[in-house]
Amino acid sequence: MLTQPRTYQLDTSQKRFISYHLVIAVIALTVGSIFGPLQSFNWGGLDLYQFLEPIGLGDYYKGLTLHGVLNALVWTTFFITGFLTLTTIVGLGRPLKHPRLNWAGFITMAVGLVMAGIPILAGWASVLYTFYPPLEAHWGFYLGLTLVVVGSWIEGYGFYLTYYQWRKENPDTRTPFITFGGLITMVMWQLATIGVAVEILTMLLPFSLGLLDGTDPQLGRTFFWFTGHPLVYFWLLPAYISWYGLLPREAGGKLFSDSAARLAFWLFLLLSIPVGFHHQFVDPGIPNSWKLIHATLTYGVAFPSLLTLFTVVASLEYAGRKRGGTGLFGWIRALPWHKPSVSAQLLAGILFMFGGIGGITNASYNVNLVVHNTAWIPGHFHLTVATAATLSYMGISYWLVPYLTGKPLWKPKLAVAQTWFWFVGMLIFSNAMHVLGLLGAPRRTDLNSAPYVPEEWSGHLLRVSIGGAILLIGVILYVLIVYKTARGKDHLPEGEEIEVPIAESITDPQLTPMWLDRWRPWLVGSVALIILAYGPQLAQQISNAQFTSPGFTP
Amino acid sequence: MISTDSDPTNPGEDGRTHHLDVYERRWMIASVALLVVFAASVAVAGFGLGFQVPGHESRVDPNTVADSPPWNNPGLRDLGNGEYEVYVIGRQYLFEPNEIRVPVGATVTFYVTSVDVQHGFKLQDTNINMQIVPGHISKLTRTFEKAGEFPYICNEYCGLGHASMAGSLIVEAQGG
Ligand code: HEM
Ligand SMILES: [Cu+2]
Ligand SMILES: [Cu+2]
Repeated sequence: MLTQPRTYQLDTSQKRFISYHLVIAVIALTVGSIFGPLQSFNWGGLDLYQFLEPIGLGDYYKGLTLHGVLNALVWTTFFITGFLTLTTIVGLGRPLKHPRLNWAGFITMAVGLVMAGIPILAGWASVLYTFYPPLEAHWGFYLGLTLVVVGSWIEGYGFYLTYYQWRKENPDTRTPFITFGGLITMVMWQLATIGVAVEILTMLLPFSLGLLDGTDPQLGRTFFWFTGHPLVYFWLLPAYISWYGLLPREAGGKLFSDSAARLAFWLFLLLSIPVGFHHQFVDPGIPNSWKLIHATLTYGVAFPSLLTLFTVVASLEYAGRKRGGTGLFGWIRALPWHKPSVSAQLLAGILFMFGGIGGITNASYNVNLVVHNTAWIPGHFHLTVATAATLSYMGISYWLVPYLTGKPLWKPKLAVAQTWFWFVGMLIFSNAMHVLGLLGAPRRTDLNSAPYVPEEWSGHLLRVSIGGAILLIGVILYVLIVYKTARGKDHLPEGEEIEVPIAESITDPQLTPMWLDRWRPWLVGSVALIILAYGPQLAQQISNAQFTSPGFTP
Repeated sequence: MISTDSDPTNPGEDGRTHHLDVYERRWMIASVALLVVFAASVAVAGFGLGFQVPGHESRVDPNTVADSPPWNNPGLRDLGNGEYEVYVIGRQYLFEPNEIRVPVGATVTFYVTSVDVQHGFKLQDTNINMQIVPGHISKLTRTFEKAGEFPYICNEYCGLGHASMAGSLIVEAQGG
């Protein structure tokens, strides 16, 4: 067994750099989350948008665009790049090779955010976060989003260069797990975002600038979903890094299997991308045989998630038994539920099991006819991105913010309560959304003004509102706790430093075979699989493209 | 499933010398088996039993599609023997036609396209659920065994008036 070296300590400038990411992330979550409850109240029959009219936010769809963009794109991307900076530096035990490069990436992201934000607020981009053409937004929206993505790429290059240097000096050491997971997340993201980059740069930007008269909406969808599915793994993998690489330590145990954890990450790199048609099962422009191929590959990407379930639960069981838990379930009670960070991640994991079952349902080819574009879908992804990812990030921030600021967490008991508010609110909200979806309720709809809402839906619509109200308390508490911690007057007592809770593995990582720490075969495999699963059909769609659809502003 | 190059002189804390635990290995095998069963089931249901999703139909020009048959006269066509076709155009923010009447027992093939942005076509209480993409025709078929009213609604955001975009299919009792 290696003796655990003291974790590398960040200096003030590094801490500040990561903190800036979190500041923007939390502001985005705060603003974006205002609209979630508003939407849920609208569904329950209480329309509050009229009161927002004076400040220009009276439109349901402008709000929904802000909600999707700020929560699903901005909160996540800024949190993740900040968190991956930490996993790179702390895991490798060395500073970034070129901190200025990472700063440049961060500034690019921030500029992009402002550039995309202005047209949304002005009402020139109420196209939702999927911006399906030929709905047309102001060019600033597309360019801004591009800059956010490009900025995140640049930060990624900074991670690679730092890693490369480390690898040269440590040719035979297994990459520390959290760094390893972070790098795979970033590589996967860079491969994945090629789709949306091509869509924006070759289709939507010229279109919105008036350089192209028309566009091909089907091709746009195909490019979008090339990115759109792996996007969900970009959100989830940082949570997995924490579940595998940090949570076991926080819970008083160890990572059950280093090999299985690494295998899961490689499989996510391999299989996250060539599955995008599962979002397009009911599209008219794609042959059904291709849809079935992507459905099958989607079952493939469910495998590493099932593997994660096993390894994470086994790690937690190990922790629970070490803490004196006995019997079949006694170890669960023995876990440190009183720690807000642990409670958040355990609850996130529990809801994610339902999210996973729902995901397999969605991916099941013809079964998708029942749920496509119904309320079931947002019901599903509020369990994944809005809970498995978001609640885990919240849990991470309960040690990260004290770590970065040197101040103790403000009211830890309240923080535990916050995690339960989120859990209970989401349980009610998402259950109601799933049921509504099965009854046929559409998503992305100002249901309060829809003429076709039957009486049968009303009880569930009310439950959506109730869940939304509980979640609202959850968001307010989270933001308050983070704010109060960061602005608090008390500092941690002298000599009492917070460490990044890096978990050891039960088995020595050096026992993990080297092929689980080699980039080339997995990268080549990923690209090859993408070419096989997308190449022929994409070539077909591109060669048959007809740029005949003129733009429409919503 | 995985070869081990572990070092038996350097066991893990729980005495494991393999890098994978035996239960973990069994879990992996069970997971793969389960997923294979799922994949096989949907393949058989879709391609063997005909529970299909809308496939690749044909392309049109969204600017001119409504100028010529059959799209210049959207609505129902009686093909005889209880077979019907219905042509539906989606546009911001209505369906043409917004009412369709067929008798019980009718087998109806829906052809839907858009002349502006993307829409959705979901026939409530059925598995007719299609993305409507300008430039393409979406097609699905269903037989209606019971009388009743089935609203069809737009379930893809298409602009500020999206929530009001709906129509109704009425299946009439025989002789009624
Ligand atoms: C405060 C708690 C939240 C509530 C009550 C809430 C509620 C809702 C509701 C009711 C919808 C559906 C609106 C519609 O389809 O018309 C929705 C959509 C959505 N929510 Fe949330 N939400 C919350 C938090 C979050 C978080 C934290 C995220 C992501 C991190 C998120 C991501 C999304 C996305 C991506 C959509 C889909 C937008 C679209 O269809 O374009 N939500 N939310
Ligand atoms: Cu997906
Ligand atoms: Cu619509």
